[in-house]
Amino acid sequence: MEASKLPGFLARRAVKAVLVVFAIIVCNFLLVHAAPGDPASVIAGQSGVADAAFMEQLRKQFGLDQPLHTQLWIYLKSVAQLDLGFSHRQQQPVAKLVLERLPATLLLTGAAFAFAIAGGVTLGALAARRVGTWADSLITVLALTFYATPLFWVGLMLVLVFSVWLEWLPSFGMGTVGVELHGFAFALDLAKHLLLPALTLGLFYLAVYCRLTRATMLEVADQDFVKTARAKGVPEGRILRAHVLRNALLPVITFAGIQAGQLVGGAILVETVFAWPGIGRLAFEALLARDYPVLLGVFFCTGVMVVLFNLVTDLLYAVIDPRVEVAG
Amino acid sequence: MRDFWRRFRRNKGAVVGLLILVLVILLAATAPWLFPGSPWDMAAAPFMPPGEMDMLLGSDSLGRDVAAGIAHGARISLLVGAVSTVAALCIGVSLGAIAGYLGGVADDAVMRFTEFFQTIPSFVLAILLVAIFTPSIISVVFAIAIVSWPPVARVVRAEFLSLRSREFVQAAEVLGKTRLAIVLGDILPNALSPIIVLSSLMVASAILLESALSFLGLGDPNLMTWGFLIGAGRSVIRLAWWMSVFPGLAIFLTVLALNLVGEGLSDALNPRLARQRGGAA
Repeated sequence: MEASKLPGFLARRAVKAVLVVFAIIVCNFLLVHAAPGDPASVIAGQSGVADAAFMEQLRKQFGLDQPLHTQLWIYLKSVAQLDLGFSHRQQQPVAKLVLERLPATLLLTGAAFAFAIAGGVTLGALAARRVGTWADSLITVLALTFYATPLFWVGLMLVLVFSVWLEWLPSFGMGTVGVELHGFAFALDLAKHLLLPALTLGLFYLAVYCRLTRATMLEVADQDFVKTARAKGVPEGRILRAHVLRNALLPVITFAGIQAGQLVGGAILVETVFAWPGIGRLAFEALLARDYPVLLGVFFCTGVMVVLFNLVTDLLYAVIDPRVEVAG
Repeated sequence: MRDFWRRFRRNKGAVVGLLILVLVILLAATAPWLFPGSPWDMAAAPFMPPGEMDMLLGSDSLGRDVAAGIAHGARISLLVGAVSTVAALCIGVSLGAIAGYLGGVADDAVMRFTEFFQTIPSFVLAILLVAIFTPSIISVVFAIAIVSWPPVARVVRAEFLSLRSREFVQAAEVLGKTRLAIVLGDILPNALSPIIVLSSLMVASAILLESALSFLGLGDPNLMTWGFLIGAGRSVIRLAWWMSVFPGLAIFLTVLALNLVGEGLSDALNPRLARQRGGAA
């Protein structure tokens, strides 16, 4: 891709992102209407608290007596104003609930992703340099194992070993209860709480990225431009970093973008296991209470997260791809 | 067929996988005889560690036999895995066939639709579907099928794209066969091997998905499942590690076996690819 085409490429991606978000909203709308019973009961959250007058008010507010396309329009307008509905269980707007929990989820998924990509690429590069040795087969076995292990179970087993048996790390929450910490002590406490959940969420992707890096590095290492660099006398370390690894990273980034949705979905399970106060935990609580507006809000919010993440990977791809000359 | 088995056998991992899978199926089939009575019934004192009071794998917080739960849960896991895969195959094969055979606008539309389903957080959608349609084995199967068809559609589309311009398809067209007859009778049988390989992997991921849903309390409330067992053990993990360890091992072994069998199937059905891989490793 040439530099001049870059803005066009990103603009197309942005349009696609907007379309996906739009489709998610329509999906939510259809789910409310496909649910057994009255849509009003879904909006009210089937909480049992809704009396007849309140349901009538809901029907009016959402225009449930109007034709379907008018209802969709009303719904789209309210979501565009970031009005995701109201949770009658928690007596708060859904958007507020979700936004409150968002930083914790971003921290968890971000940490897990960083761990997976750093660890995966490093191990994959190491394995590629030692093809056919024990390290190589170990990585294959590990990847196969992580593919087959339920994420929430990995979390429980880590709790069992590191919290219950060894008592090294806390097993739930985001900070020690009942103590006020500041500065470095706060960061350390947070890191301790973050370690197990991030490991749980990241391990599977670490295995995936590791395999992918290994495979592409082996492929790239055989290509002519690498041989040319070697013939020119470029030091081996620089060949590896500037030529091989840079190219090998591209499929890893593409794959990371494709799997973003899975990463966010996995966060729900991990947050449930570790009582991590993010939107995954919010979804679990909403699930127990059958608080549908919150669940729909979580679906919307995670969808937007994935779309934004995809845009970032597109941008990263453009930056790392050696065929793109950075203008100026 | 003989050839197929010979090539499958060459992959040692696949043979081990098949062996584990057969054992799990046997366990599921014989559960009512091995552990008569309902797995929900109290069989011993609560929180008995493995080996005590005749509880091979211990008992849970209500004195239920964990081993009985695992054996009866195997039936549900395998059933949900198989049925939801069949359902997902129906959706994926139909859409993929339409896109690949018709091409053009239909192809574009189907592929955008598929991409959408691959982008959104599918697990969140599955949760939403089961929650809204109330948890039952049918809504679980439905939700798993809805989120797992996209890879099938992609694979089938690619196969159809390459097959539809082949001579035997053109011959069938000249003979005046209907489109449906060509798709079902001529193209689909030739596209079967990647679909078979994919479906063994799909059963594996469906079992993982089902366990995750029932771990969150979204399983059928009347059925004992592996995910439910782990979910029940989560809050008492300090007291009774065996409640969550053993059902998790059951999931791990079953899914691992299915993945291994999938690799073996892939080797046996695409001998050329297998040889290439063997050469590279």
